[in-house]
Amino acid sequence: MASIDIAEIRKAYGPVHVLHGIDLSIRDGEFVVLVGPSGCGKSTLLRMIAGLEAISAGEIRIDGRRVNDLEPKDRDIAMVFQSYALYPHMTVAENMSYSLRLRRTAKERIAAAISGAAAKLGLDTLMERRPRALSGGQRQRVAMGRAIVRAPKAFLFDEPLSNLDARLREQMRGEIKKLHQSLGATSIYVTHDQIEAMTLADRIVAMNGGIVQQVGSPLDLYDRPANLVVAGFIGSPAMNMFDGIYRANGAGPAIEVAGGTRIPLQRAYQVADGTSVTIGIRPEHIPVGLAGEPGIACNVELVEPTGFGTILHVRPFGVTLKAFTINRAATASDAVTIRLPPERLHLFDAQGGQRLS
Amino acid sequence: MTRPKRIAGTIAHRTAILAYIVFALFPLYWLLKVSVTPNDLLYSEGVRLWPSRASIEHYLFVLEHSDFPRFFRNSVIVSGSTAFIVTILASCAGYALSRFAFRGKYWIVALMLLTQMFPLVMLVAPIFKMLSPLGLTNSLSGLVIVYVAFNVPFATFLMQSFFDGIPKDLEEAAMIDGATRFRAFRQIILPLTLPGIAATLGFVFTAAWSELLFALMLISSSGVSTFPVGLLSFVSKFSVDFGQMMAAGVLALIPACLFFLFIQRYLVQGLTAGAVKG
Repeated sequence: MASIDIAEIRKAYGPVHVLHGIDLSIRDGEFVVLVGPSGCGKSTLLRMIAGLEAISAGEIRIDGRRVNDLEPKDRDIAMVFQSYALYPHMTVAENMSYSLRLRRTAKERIAAAISGAAAKLGLDTLMERRPRALSGGQRQRVAMGRAIVRAPKAFLFDEPLSNLDARLREQMRGEIKKLHQSLGATSIYVTHDQIEAMTLADRIVAMNGGIVQQVGSPLDLYDRPANLVVAGFIGSPAMNMFDGIYRANGAGPAIEVAGGTRIPLQRAYQVADGTSVTIGIRPEHIPVGLAGEPGIACNVELVEPTGFGTILHVRPFGVTLKAFTINRAATASDAVTIRLPPERLHLFDAQGGQRLS
Repeated sequence: MTRPKRIAGTIAHRTAILAYIVFALFPLYWLLKVSVTPNDLLYSEGVRLWPSRASIEHYLFVLEHSDFPRFFRNSVIVSGSTAFIVTILASCAGYALSRFAFRGKYWIVALMLLTQMFPLVMLVAPIFKMLSPLGLTNSLSGLVIVYVAFNVPFATFLMQSFFDGIPKDLEEAAMIDGATRFRAFRQIILPLTLPGIAATLGFVFTAAWSELLFALMLISSSGVSTFPVGLLSFVSKFSVDFGQMMAAGVLALIPACLFFLFIQRYLVQGLTAGAVKG
């Protein structure tokens, strides 16, 4: 196991710049998830750590050793690909033992390593099969088995679950987490699925446009998103956003939204009176009440039942907001009231999108 | 579709295929028929599907009293070497074109494509002029060099398309597993490209086996003639020995058939199934 240090990493394909100076330190045994929308550079960063992409500028160190110019084979890392990348002409056992055979490991040790990994992943009965005779989930397991037999310094996962159906994905997510708990291996996991990121990560690195937007624990990112990009990406259903004007005067700090409605704030923010701001609030943080109860009156436009609860689309002060409630009674066009609890509001600069303090 | 309609459809389909096969194979059948027809019946029996008396006299003559065995050996050497060399070169070049971005790649591909646009007849004289001072006319090596040069571009494109069909992830996985790029190519990619290699070998072998133009222009002594040139020796000023020529033709088919029999199992597609998602 090892630490991984990434300093000022840049990547350019000719005139196109994909990564704009990434700094990141990953501790020994940590599970870090790189998350972001498609094209944000997360897979490129992972491939640079693996040695599959040349580094345009900056430095990567694995266990303190600079690896910029090392071949992938000399970096002692294992990678699980989105496509599984199993060798089709080899059996499961041969797939799993390939790396050990390349290192001329003794036969007995190879046998012990692959049977250990197979037992861990429930592959015992499939060892003589070829990849084409396996289901998607089994192939995924073999790909993981191939990674763990080597006990490498670090594991890299490149969207390993995105080809599986929802149910299998959930199951494999649990298995990956269990595997990490039992092996304690340094892992970097790339995904665009924020639920995977939240459930698996010790720390999440949220990326967008080749820049790291925020690094922190899953709950950090959920509770205190650093900017609008992170706020919009983390959480499902996504955070509601709407524009307003910050008012410092009058009866305490507040936000004035369309139609003159004032939403009181818990405290004063370090911005001038009259500044345009973007307000964020998560759907699950908007309490919905019956008509007549205190709050902002509005009508239900749309009802999306999810089983566990219901997502209501409501339209106070000319903006559509989603509110999540476990009350199943609401139907479309019902009159309801919503509250926007001051402690649940996130304020962002309307221009730069940065969180206001 | 109702059952009788479906049956009628199947019958029409099979009949069409059968008609095509008969049409395509009839010249081969005629080759065989003439090769076993004794000389005295060749012109006296008119057009019959099978002679009233068959014999192997032409075969015996061709094998025992003509230069055919030598032509045959020369052809095997030339075609085998050409197929072998072209496949190795085309595999390496096809892999490079499929996997690497390098300066001048576009121009190399364009030039290779350009070489395919000239009629061979145009090039016979300049090639003769070039090979002659090098002592490569009238030699099997000269012929191999020319065949290799003409077959490499197409074979490269063929191999490139096979490499393009193999996901990059596979060799990247191998490289992370501890292989060098060359080892990943040799142990992971090449075995998966066997159908492509077999197709290329087969294509080049048959192209070289039946090539007549260059063999005729570059070779003048019968000692180094290939079999297509040799076949012409059955045509004399006054007559054509059809029986012997056809017998030689049938014998010449044997290596090509054996070759395809040998490689056909690699031609079966679907070897990469299960490598990646799906």
